[in-house]
Amino acid sequence: MTIKDLGQLSEMHIDVLKEIGNIGAGNAATSLAQMLGRKVEMTTPVVRVLDIADADRALGGPETPVVAILVELYGDIKGIMMFVLGNDFAKSLLKSLLGEEDVDCLHLSEMESSAMSEIGNIMIGAYTAAIGSLAGLTIKISVPAVTADMVGSLLTVPAAEMGSVSDKIIFIEDDFINASDKITSNMMLIPHLESLNKLMNSLGIDL
Amino acid sequence: MSDLITINISDMRVSPCPAAFVTYALGSCIGICLYDTVTRAGGLGHILLPYYPSDNPNEQLYRYADTCLPDMVRRMEQIGAVRQCIVAKIAGGAKMFEVADDCAFGNIGARNIAAVKETLQKLQIRVVAEDTGLNYGRTVYFYTETGEMIVKSFAKGTTVY
Repeated sequence: MTIKDLGQLSEMHIDVLKEIGNIGAGNAATSLAQMLGRKVEMTTPVVRVLDIADADRALGGPETPVVAILVELYGDIKGIMMFVLGNDFAKSLLKSLLGEEDVDCLHLSEMESSAMSEIGNIMIGAYTAAIGSLAGLTIKISVPAVTADMVGSLLTVPAAEMGSVSDKIIFIEDDFINASDKITSNMMLIPHLESLNKLMNSLGIDL
Repeated sequence: MSDLITINISDMRVSPCPAAFVTYALGSCIGICLYDTVTRAGGLGHILLPYYPSDNPNEQLYRYADTCLPDMVRRMEQIGAVRQCIVAKIAGGAKMFEVADDCAFGNIGARNIAAVKETLQKLQIRVVAEDTGLNYGRTVYFYTETGEMIVKSFAKGTTVY
């Protein structure tokens, strides 16, 4: 059997994805901590297969302003990864990295945007490398694209780009808790269905 | 003022006059407002993709431009709208991300705009206003009584069409 629709995923598949999220995000959190030079904790990831409309609700409503970093995955696994940061999280990161006090997240300067891109590159790179070595697959990532806008307008991009057969996305929510402030962000892995099947097969999971 | 009817992704509703619709945070998706300039019956659709996939016949009609719009027009005619009097206002179809090493990425917005216009042309419906393309998200309010489409965005503020 192959998974043709995300609605077909069983409890067991979700558990596998949760573990993937856990391993990927663990690696990403370590690299974030190294970058910031301070402790970053991570909660157990929550994996949900959600309608896009519910996903934006989970992130505070469709019009919530966020900074999103998107990369395309290619190589053995095709798809998209998005790292979505609330404005407070983005501000705190930019303060740590660039020493800037009050960043206007909706109008990032070139320097701020390129710092966000680098954060995405490092964190998503760590995430995909962990999954890749676990599954014995090569996952390459594109140069990250950074956009600040309404979360709803950004969440539909993966579904639309991949000609999705449903409005559902696999939403792997990893909260990164900065040791000083309690601020969160979300990593999202959106594999092509074909690649999702390949990933499950490589991990020896019966579909 | 009547209650605001919220249109989600891949959704479409029509209503006799008066009605107020909203669809939030369009990215590459398109919001299509149709109304009859005489009876003021109107509707709002929110499509995600251009064309219905012929190899997957169990799909949701309202997800695609070429299947959402004919059904929308049919439903408007059922509530008294006359084809010749229906006009369209459209918004959305942005390119939200610039992926440096893949220039094709993000073209879905442009393809959506083209598909919406092509489908409207086939239905002989004129586009009287549009706020499409570029690179930012839009929320669309539509009031059938006045035919006003109001587009809100972080980038450009509020514009009335």
